[in-house]
Amino acid sequence: MKLDSDDFELLGLPRRHAQDPAAIDARWRAVLGEVHPDRFVSEGAAAQRLAMQWSVRINEAHRRIKDPIRRAAYLCELQGVSVGAEDNTAMPAAFLMQQMEWRESLEAATDMTQIDALAAEVRAARSRALDELGRTIDDLGDHAQAARQVRELMFVERFASDVDARAEALEQ
Amino acid sequence: MPEPKHWNNKTMALLQISEPGGAPDPHQRRIAVGIDLGTTHSLVAAVRHGVAECLPDESGHVILPSAVRYLSGGKRQIGASALAEAATDPRNTIVSVKRFMGRGLGDLADRSKLPYDFVEAPGMLQIRTVDGVKSPVEVSAEILATLRYRAEDTFDDDLFGAVITVPAYFDDAQRQATKDAAQLAGLHVLRLINEPTAAAIAYGLEHGSEGLYAVYDLGGGTFDVSLLRLSAGVFEVVATGGDSALGGDDFDQALADWAMAQAGVRAESAEDKRAVLVAARAAKEKLSIADHATLACPLMRSATEATELSVRVSREQFDAITSALVARTLAVLRRVMRDAKTDTSAVQGVVMVGGSTRMPSVQAAVAEFFGKAPLNNLNPDEVVALGAALQADALAGNAGAEEMLLLDVIPLSLGLETMGGLVERIIPRNSSIPTARAQDFTTFKDGQTALAVHVVQGERELVSDCRSLARFELRGIPPMVAGAAHIRVSFTVDADGMLSVSAREESSGVEASISVKPSYGLADEDIARMLSESFSTAEVDMKERSLRESRVEAERMLLATRAALAADGDLLEAHDREAIEAMFAQLEACREMSDHHAIDDIVEALAARTEAFAAERMNRGIRKALAGRAVTDI
Repeated sequence: MKLDSDDFELLGLPRRHAQDPAAIDARWRAVLGEVHPDRFVSEGAAAQRLAMQWSVRINEAHRRIKDPIRRAAYLCELQGVSVGAEDNTAMPAAFLMQQMEWRESLEAATDMTQIDALAAEVRAARSRALDELGRTIDDLGDHAQAARQVRELMFVERFASDVDARAEALEQ
Repeated sequence: MPEPKHWNNKTMALLQISEPGGAPDPHQRRIAVGIDLGTTHSLVAAVRHGVAECLPDESGHVILPSAVRYLSGGKRQIGASALAEAATDPRNTIVSVKRFMGRGLGDLADRSKLPYDFVEAPGMLQIRTVDGVKSPVEVSAEILATLRYRAEDTFDDDLFGAVITVPAYFDDAQRQATKDAAQLAGLHVLRLINEPTAAAIAYGLEHGSEGLYAVYDLGGGTFDVSLLRLSAGVFEVVATGGDSALGGDDFDQALADWAMAQAGVRAESAEDKRAVLVAARAAKEKLSIADHATLACPLMRSATEATELSVRVSREQFDAITSALVARTLAVLRRVMRDAKTDTSAVQGVVMVGGSTRMPSVQAAVAEFFGKAPLNNLNPDEVVALGAALQADALAGNAGAEEMLLLDVIPLSLGLETMGGLVERIIPRNSSIPTARAQDFTTFKDGQTALAVHVVQGERELVSDCRSLARFELRGIPPMVAGAAHIRVSFTVDADGMLSVSAREESSGVEASISVKPSYGLADEDIARMLSESFSTAEVDMKERSLRESRVEAERMLLATRAALAADGDLLEAHDREAIEAMFAQLEACREMSDHHAIDDIVEALAARTEAFAAERMNRGIRKALAGRAVTDI
């Protein structure tokens, strides 16, 4: 076990997309419990520094594994496929159409009922896309396709947060 | 058996039983305390015989009023004796100093109402007294030192360390100021923890089911509500709210005003006003256990004519008189629930903190609001200190540290100022700590050779709505076209929530960094100056103090390394083990040495020698945590 072991190895989880969220938290807590600086309170600065490094690393792994989209991107990277969200914005036409429709609905929405309906639609689409992404990685092992799906999901996430922001603005 | 220190005192005589003089090793059990450093009063607690309890002073009082009065000639009064003079010597009697911690003059909305002679100072305001200019950190240190002496007298031993509580909404500057005060008071801070979290720990909620918990804290002069979420044993602060000018004192005032109106009298002098308030408070407290009480006190009608105020009041009348105050706390509760985007049915438990929550009307209102009875079987004045003591005991490694490990999160987001006065969030609030995050930035203008880094804390989009923590500049960037430089800014937050920030231009390797501490808390020189000034903690001469601290540190190191060897010694090669054991003899000799530098050198050498061993042990710990445990067992 080293600081540069991968996240799954560090948390003792199978290297796949399907995960039990409760197991992720339980593993994280058990491992952090072994390396947290509080466990080395009286052992001097060197041990504290080491414990700090390990804890930072474990928290990083937990943050990445806990989030299904980050987890998928990480699995792609482990296979040498970069998600490259910044410089790869080519999207299928059908996906772009749907995004445009959503944006138009959001702009046209004037009350909470409309916003809530849109939010529910986005949530359902996100959930479907995540299921599909999981199959692409775990069953098909097609990481190039998975990277494309991750990029689409990142757009969906951004739109979902725009919907939330609009809902908050309407509430005030 | 040594002579009991306080043989003539009933309370302390009782304590003697627990500390037999013939213990085989006085350092076997490390004394660690929890301190509730409160706005109106402070307490110290420790775990004894497996139970957390607050430590009383020589007269049996556990509550120390958070008041410090400075007198000329370097003398001072602390606690009840200071508070008694607050009315006669307001300028030199500092009360509620907690409100000034880590705050500048510009942060004080009600400055004109306060009796102090404030002095503007970089980072934090100061107060001019008859004994010179004092920082809020120094004033708090007087209170902490008083509690430290109380604990040391109780156990007749040096303290291993302390856990100190702070409000959940305290930002980095206020937390740092609190740590500085502890350092000044000669306390080794094991951890700062949030007050509502401490209260939750006192009730053992971290072992309970996951979900939302509300902490309702109505003190003497302040009201705080925190909504915590427990998940995977971590308490996140979901939302906080409060009213910094609402507390038990307002209930006293309302009752006093009503009683005087009933009797058709008025309190003109400061003494009379005070007497009526004291009587009102006594009546209020009686009404928490009885249906009726009488508010009674003598009043001076004129310089020569005295009269008696005596008004009978029922609990029903009292509830009616104070219902508007209770309603104000409920309004805050509603706001907090709204902020958290949740409703009361999602709250699994409610913890009551603060003496004012003893009022039956408060208990009833909170129970009705949440639709469930609040937890109130612990003393609400003591509950925060008790939780801190439990945490301190675990951190000192006395018992069950494995079960008690408290994972913490940062309370407020940390970020950077970007173009247009906007905040780029680097570490979102509620991130588990310790943590480190980096973000890449670039230059805005062609040929730009310097970059100003402005670190802010808060949840708002605009820099002007957040708190400024630190500023520094990265200079010496080679001239490039706008957008070509690649500057990585890294934020690191340690287990205490303390932040350091560094910036590095990747192509040239130029670097700059800042630890947020000196710009906001006190610089180390300030601490040294305060320590050297006549200060109640400096009764022992400085050298003596350093020596004692070094010896305690050596003792700590010796114990910890021995325990580590016993548990994981098999990880070491024989010659490594021998080398480490050889250093034990040197450390043991430290007890007799009188040069603290020499002791520090030996401690450092052992730390260096055991670094690789520590790394091996962490590794084994992780493997142990993972190996052979089905997920369901964890």
